[in-house]
Order: sequence, then structure tokens, then C-alpha cells
Amino acid sequence: MIRIRNLSKSFGANAVLRGVDLDVARGQSLVVIGGSGTGKSVLLKSILGLVPPDAGQITVDGQDTQGRNHEAFLSRFGMLFQGGALFDSLPVWQNVAFRLLRGSLRRPQAEARALALDKLRRVGLGPEVADRLPAELSGGMQKRVGLARAIAADPKVIFFDEPTTGLDPIMAGVINALIREITTEMGATTITITHDMASVRAIADRVAMLHDGRIRWTGPVGDLDSTDDPYVRQFIHGHPHGPIEALR
Amino acid sequence: MSPAAPLALIGRAVLAGLAAVGRVTLFALQALSHLLRPPFYGREFAGALLQIGWLSLPVVGMTAVFTGGALALQIYSGGARFSAEAVVPQIVAIGMVRELGPVLVGLMIAARVTSSIAAEIATMKVTEQIDALVTLSTHPMKYLVAPRLLAALLVVPALVAVGDVIGIAGGYAVATGPLGFNAAGYLKNTLDFLEPLDVLSSLAKGCAFGGIAALMGCYYGMGSGRGAQGVGRATKGSVEAAAILILAANFLLTGVFFSA
Repeated sequence: MIRIRNLSKSFGANAVLRGVDLDVARGQSLVVIGGSGTGKSVLLKSILGLVPPDAGQITVDGQDTQGRNHEAFLSRFGMLFQGGALFDSLPVWQNVAFRLLRGSLRRPQAEARALALDKLRRVGLGPEVADRLPAELSGGMQKRVGLARAIAADPKVIFFDEPTTGLDPIMAGVINALIREITTEMGATTITITHDMASVRAIADRVAMLHDGRIRWTGPVGDLDSTDDPYVRQFIHGHPHGPIEALR
Repeated sequence: MSPAAPLALIGRAVLAGLAAVGRVTLFALQALSHLLRPPFYGREFAGALLQIGWLSLPVVGMTAVFTGGALALQIYSGGARFSAEAVVPQIVAIGMVRELGPVLVGLMIAARVTSSIAAEIATMKVTEQIDALVTLSTHPMKYLVAPRLLAALLVVPALVAVGDVIGIAGGYAVATGPLGFNAAGYLKNTLDFLEPLDVLSSLAKGCAFGGIAALMGCYYGMGSGRGAQGVGRATKGSVEAAAILILAANFLLTGVFFSA
């Protein structure tokens, strides 16, 4: 469904992506792992067109993502941002129903609110939070609202950017379980970027490791622990010594 | 150091300045083009009208009333040096309507509104809210910039008109109070002396200054760097740029309206 070939992106002299090749099948949950600053977020943002790539090709269902009607293209996507990226000035339900209150997916306000409440319920939040502002919620609740917003318009593709960063282990487990349940139930294709190995094992069908601007290793999640790749082994076990240089 | 080094330095500064002018011009043209193309965000426009217009009234009113009063005192004491105290109503009217009203309202809007727009949009940028808008199929120029720009273009001339009236009222209060002017005579002199071109230039300046204030807030906000420092720099830069551009535009518009 998503096919990436020779994707490159530099910021000044810093070459972040140096020819990424990656395939994600329809309905598959791919998790991209890799150290901080290896370009995982840039990869996701390049697919969405938030960061224009310098070279390479990205196709979704066989169609090139460059030069198409961007709004129509993005209407198939949902994204959960690392920090939630909830709109401070809007109450929770309007954040969730943002897409349903404007543009081509616009619905009557009452219907949009009902759908937002339904999505909030799906992520374990009651109607009492609907009229609160995002700043009045805890970090875990903000993540849930972000997740509800990402799935509000029933997207075919969902991206999760560090979904458990900043959460305690219990809340991280809850978010991982929610992501797995919801994406399975919706049949959505997902790409998650994380360096939390608990997330990887809970969410992934397939794992890809990004290192030095390229996909270093890719395979089913079940093969992760048995691979001989020294980079993957160092990463998943968190060893300070190995081929991946750690600044100390 | 090579003798050409200072020239190279000047050249680089000029090129950087021209590049900045080019970027701002492209941003302004893009923003203006979004005013004309749907979708239109009515709720965001209404919010911007409230923020830029209604909530700026107290600061505009206070600025205008004290400026009008001080202007009356200055003209009276200055005019006394050549027995021209009687021109207070005329000079207060022309000073407020042609110059001080639009310029002071413009600068107050730059301080209050430009800074607020820049800080809000810059914070949205560093917290990925602008990226989130894009992923929700919403163009940030349409959702964030166009409503604020349109609101400023429409409401700042109205604020200037209010400032002009309040400034003249400040001058009237001082002149008819401590300075002992006749109230009816003061009003008659004010109204007789003002011409339609004075009012037109005042409103046109308000429109231009409103556009500059909103555009600078949006431009610096959208171009903000990372973190709290990025937001701070964007806010400071937006107010500086807006204030300088407002004063430069005032000079140009005064030349256009009154050079003949």
C-alpha cells in the first residue's frame, strides 16, 4: 500500500535520510525503530508532505504522493503526534471533531459532537472531558484525545509518532493496547515510530530499523529477538557498546 | 583583511535584506490570495475581529485621549509664543486625524495584536499544532493567517476612526476646561477645518497599518524557530518589523495624500 523508494532528505549539511526503501502492506502495522535523531519523524513527515523530500518516490496505493490534491490525499490519513499537538484554544470535543466541523468531511455540529463523544469513549474517556480545554488534562488523557482525533474520520492510514513518550509504564501499556485494538478493529495500515521496545512488541506486525539514514534491518516482529544483526541487537538490548556510537 | 571585505559585507547584508523583503512579499501575496479562495473560516474570523477590534478599544481609547489632551496643551503653550493660541482646535483635529490617530493606533496594535498573533502561532508551530492542522486537511494560511489579516484590514480603520474621535475629545476636554475655550466654538472650528481627504487618509492608513500588523505577526509566527527562545525571537521580531513598517508606510502614505 505504501511504497518508499530511495527517499533522501538533508537539512543543510546534515543528511538525515540517505535513500530509504520501505514497503508497508495494506492493514499492516509497521513499527520503525532507531536512535534519537536518526530521521524517524522526518520519514513520517515526508510521507505526509510536511517535509518535502530532496529525492525519491513515495506512492500510496500505486499513486505518487507528489503533486496531487494534498487535502484529498491527507483525508485518508490520521496522525497521533508525540506531544499530542492538541489545539489549545479549542475544547476537547472540537479537537476530536476538528475534521468533521470543517472542509469536505463537514457534518452538522450536533452530529460531529456525537461522533467525537463516541471516539472519546472508544479511547476510554467519558463525556465529562468533552468540554474541557486540553491544558486541563493529564499527559495520558491528552494522548488519548490525540488518538481519538487521529481515528475520528476513520482514516485508512494512521501514523503514531512516539505514542508512549513521557507516559508512565502503566499508561504506556494502556495506550499501546488501545492502538493495537483500534487499528485491528479499523483494519487500518499503520506506521509507528518509537524507541520504546514494549511498544514495538505490543503494536508491531513488522519492524524496520532506521540507522544512518537508511533502513538497516526489516522483518516480522517475531524475528526481532533472533536476528544476528549487531545494530538491532545493540538497540533492542540497550547496550552502550556496539556498532551504534553513543555519545557520553 | 582584504580591501574588498567591507564591500562584501555590505553586499551580503543587502542581499539578505532583499531576500527578506522577497519572502515577506511572497507571504503577503499568498495570504491575500487565500482571502479570495474558499474555504472561509467564519468562526476564526469572528474571533479575530473580537481580539483585534473590540478588545483593543480600551488601549486605543486611553492612548488617544491622553495624546489629544497633551496635544492641546502643547499647541496652546507653543502658539502663545506668536499669539496663535486660538488655533488649538484646528491643529488638534488635523494632528489627530492625519497623523497621531493612525500612527498611535497602528503602534498600539503592533504592540498588542502583532505580538499576540506571533506568540500564538509560534507556540502552535513549536508544539506541532501547525503540522497537525495540515494532517487534518486544513491549510494553515487559510485557517490562521487569512482570518486575522481580513479582520485587521477591516477593523483597524474603525479603531483609527474611534481613536481620532477620542483624541479630538481629549483635546476638547483640555481646551474647554483648563484653557478656557468656548465649547461650541471649539467644535465648530474642528468640524469646519477638517476635510474629507483628512478622514480618508486616516482610514486608509488604518487599513494599511492593520494589514502590516497582522501580516508581521503571522509571518514571524509561522517562521518561528524551536523552543521558548524561538517563540521569544519571533514575537520580538514581529513587533519591531511591524512598528518600523508602520512608520515607513505612514511616511509614504502621507506623501501620497498630501504632497501636492
